[in-house]
Amino acid sequence: MDNEIWELRLYIAGQTPKSVLALKNITKYCKEHLAGKYTIEIVDLLKNPQLAEGDQIFAIPTLVRKFPEPLRKIIGDLSNEEKVLVGLNIRPVGIKNVE
Amino acid sequence: MTMKLSLKEIFPKTPSGIEGLDEITGGGLPKGRPTLICGSAGCGKTLMGIQFLVKGITEYHEPGVFVSFEETVKDLAANVQSLGFDLEKMIGEKKLRIDHIHIEKTEIQETGEYDLEGLFIRLNYAIDQIGAKRVVLDTIESLFGGMENTTLLRSELKRLFQWLKDKGVTAIITGERGESTLTRQGLEEYVSDCVILLDFRVIDQIATRRLRIVKYRGSMHGTNEYPFLIDESGISVLPITSLKLNHSTSSEILSYGHAGLDKLFKGNGFFRGNSTLVTGSAGTSKTMLATYFALSSCERKEPVLFFSFEESPDQLIRNMQSVGLKLKPFIKSGLLNIHSSRPSLSGLEMHLLVIHKLISEHKPKTVIIDPISSLVTVGNNSEVRAMLVRLMDLLKVNQINAFFTALTHPQSADYFDFTVDAVSSLADTWIRLTNHSDAGIRSRTLSIVKSRGMGHSNEINEFVIGDKGIKLKNNSSAK
Repeated sequence: MDNEIWELRLYIAGQTPKSVLALKNITKYCKEHLAGKYTIEIVDLLKNPQLAEGDQIFAIPTLVRKFPEPLRKIIGDLSNEEKVLVGLNIRPVGIKNVE
Repeated sequence: MTMKLSLKEIFPKTPSGIEGLDEITGGGLPKGRPTLICGSAGCGKTLMGIQFLVKGITEYHEPGVFVSFEETVKDLAANVQSLGFDLEKMIGEKKLRIDHIHIEKTEIQETGEYDLEGLFIRLNYAIDQIGAKRVVLDTIESLFGGMENTTLLRSELKRLFQWLKDKGVTAIITGERGESTLTRQGLEEYVSDCVILLDFRVIDQIATRRLRIVKYRGSMHGTNEYPFLIDESGISVLPITSLKLNHSTSSEILSYGHAGLDKLFKGNGFFRGNSTLVTGSAGTSKTMLATYFALSSCERKEPVLFFSFEESPDQLIRNMQSVGLKLKPFIKSGLLNIHSSRPSLSGLEMHLLVIHKLISEHKPKTVIIDPISSLVTVGNNSEVRAMLVRLMDLLKVNQINAFFTALTHPQSADYFDFTVDAVSSLADTWIRLTNHSDAGIRSRTLSIVKSRGMGHSNEINEFVIGDKGIKLKNNSSAK
C-alpha cells in the first residue's frame, strides 16, 4: 500500500478559524508523513450543502479518509497530531523503532 | 405588518394533527417554536412526530422534515404504512424529507475544537428544499452516544433550538426519559416552550398510554394526564371535553317507544338529548326497555347505536323477537347498529374511544349502552367516573338521546352501588325496575326515581311481560 494515493476530504463551512486550522494541520501532517502520495479535497458545505448527506457529516470540520478503506472520520480542528495519525492509521515517518 | 396584542397573536399555535391534543393545548403546538416530547422507549414519540408531519402535509399543506437519528427512511416508512401513511409518496411529491443521520462511533475520532455546523447546514438545506414549516428531530440525544465532548454538544444543541426558532419552523424534538429527569440529557432545560410527557403503563393487566403537558409557556393547557391510543389511524388523545355544562337543551319531547311508559311522564316522554338510566337486578327486563327505546328512535328515522356488552347482536335480536320486538328490519335499513364486545377485552379508554369513534362515524341520534355497569369491571372507581363524565358530555354536546342500563344487586340499596351512584347523578331520568317474589308469585315493578324538568308518576307500577312485550298494570295515574 506504499504506492497508493491517500484520498482525504475535509468538510468545512466557510473560512472559520477552526476550519482554517484543521486544513493547516492536516496539510502539515500529510507533508510530513505522506509526502507525494495524498490528495486533500476541500468541501465547503456553505457552497454545496447537498454534499453533507453523502458522507454523513454533522460536525464541522470533519476529515474523511475516503481511501484506503475502510472509511474513517476525524472531527475537530485536528490539533492533536498523534490522535489524527492513529485515527487515519498513518504510520509516522521518522520513528524507526517502537519499543 | 400590524400587531395585535392579544395572547393569541403573541403565541400563535400550529394544529398538531393529533386528535384531541389540540383541544388540550387550546389550538396546538407553539407555532415557530420547538416542543419537547419525552417518554420511555416504545411510548409513541416517533409516531407522534410522524403524525405531526403527515397531518401537516395532508391537512394543513405544510411540508415537513423528519431528521431521524435512529431509524432509516425505509424502516420508518414501513413502520407507519399500517396507519395508512404513505411516506414514500410524500417524499416523491417533495412535501416530506426524511434525513437519516447515522453516527457510527467506531469510525469517528475527535480531536480539537469543532461544532455541529454540518447538522445545521443539512437541516437548513432540507428545510429550504421543500419549504418546510414543520420539523421533527428524533431522537437528538443519540448524538450523546456517538460523541465524547458532551459540554460542546450541550451548547450546540442549545444553539440548534435557538436556530430552529429563528428559522420559524414548528419543531418537535423527542427525548428518551431519564431516571430522575424528563430526558436523559436534560433537554428540557433548553426546550422550554412546550414539554409533553408520554407514559406507557400497565394497570390491572391492561395497558394504558397517557399524555401530560408538563409545561406550555404563555398558554393555558390542561394539566391532567390524558389517556391516548395508538390504533389503525394513529394517535388520538381523549380530552375531558368541556365540562362547562353549556350545551344547548331542547324542549322537544320524544317517546320511549312504549305508550305505557311515556304516560308516566307529564310530557308523555323525554326531552331530546336527555339521558335515561335504568337500574335493576338481573332479569328485570332492562334490555327490553332499551330495545323499546331503540325502536322508537328507528321509527323516527333517527340512527341508533346500540352497545351490547353482554349479548351478541344475534342473541339480542332473537331474544327481543320472543317478546314481539323486531330489530332486524332496522339493522337491514342501516338505522340500527349493534356493537358487541366483551368489556374486559380492552381498557376503559379503549372502550371510550371506540364509542367516540363509532359516534363520529355513524352520527347516531340515540345511543344505548347495555349495561354500562359492565364497563366498571375494567377500571378503578375514579377512572370509571371520569370516563362516564366524558361519555355523558360527549352525548350531551351532540344532543344524543342516551339510554344506559345498570345492573344492581337485589339485596343492596342503590346508593351502595358504585355505577348507579356515579351515573344516576349524571342521568336526567332514572327508572328503577324490581323483581319481587311474594307468596309464590313473582311480580315486576317499575318506578321513576327522578326526571329532570319533568313531572312524573310517583307510583310503583306493576308490569307483566308477555309475547307482546311489556304491559303496565295500573296506568292511570300519570301526573
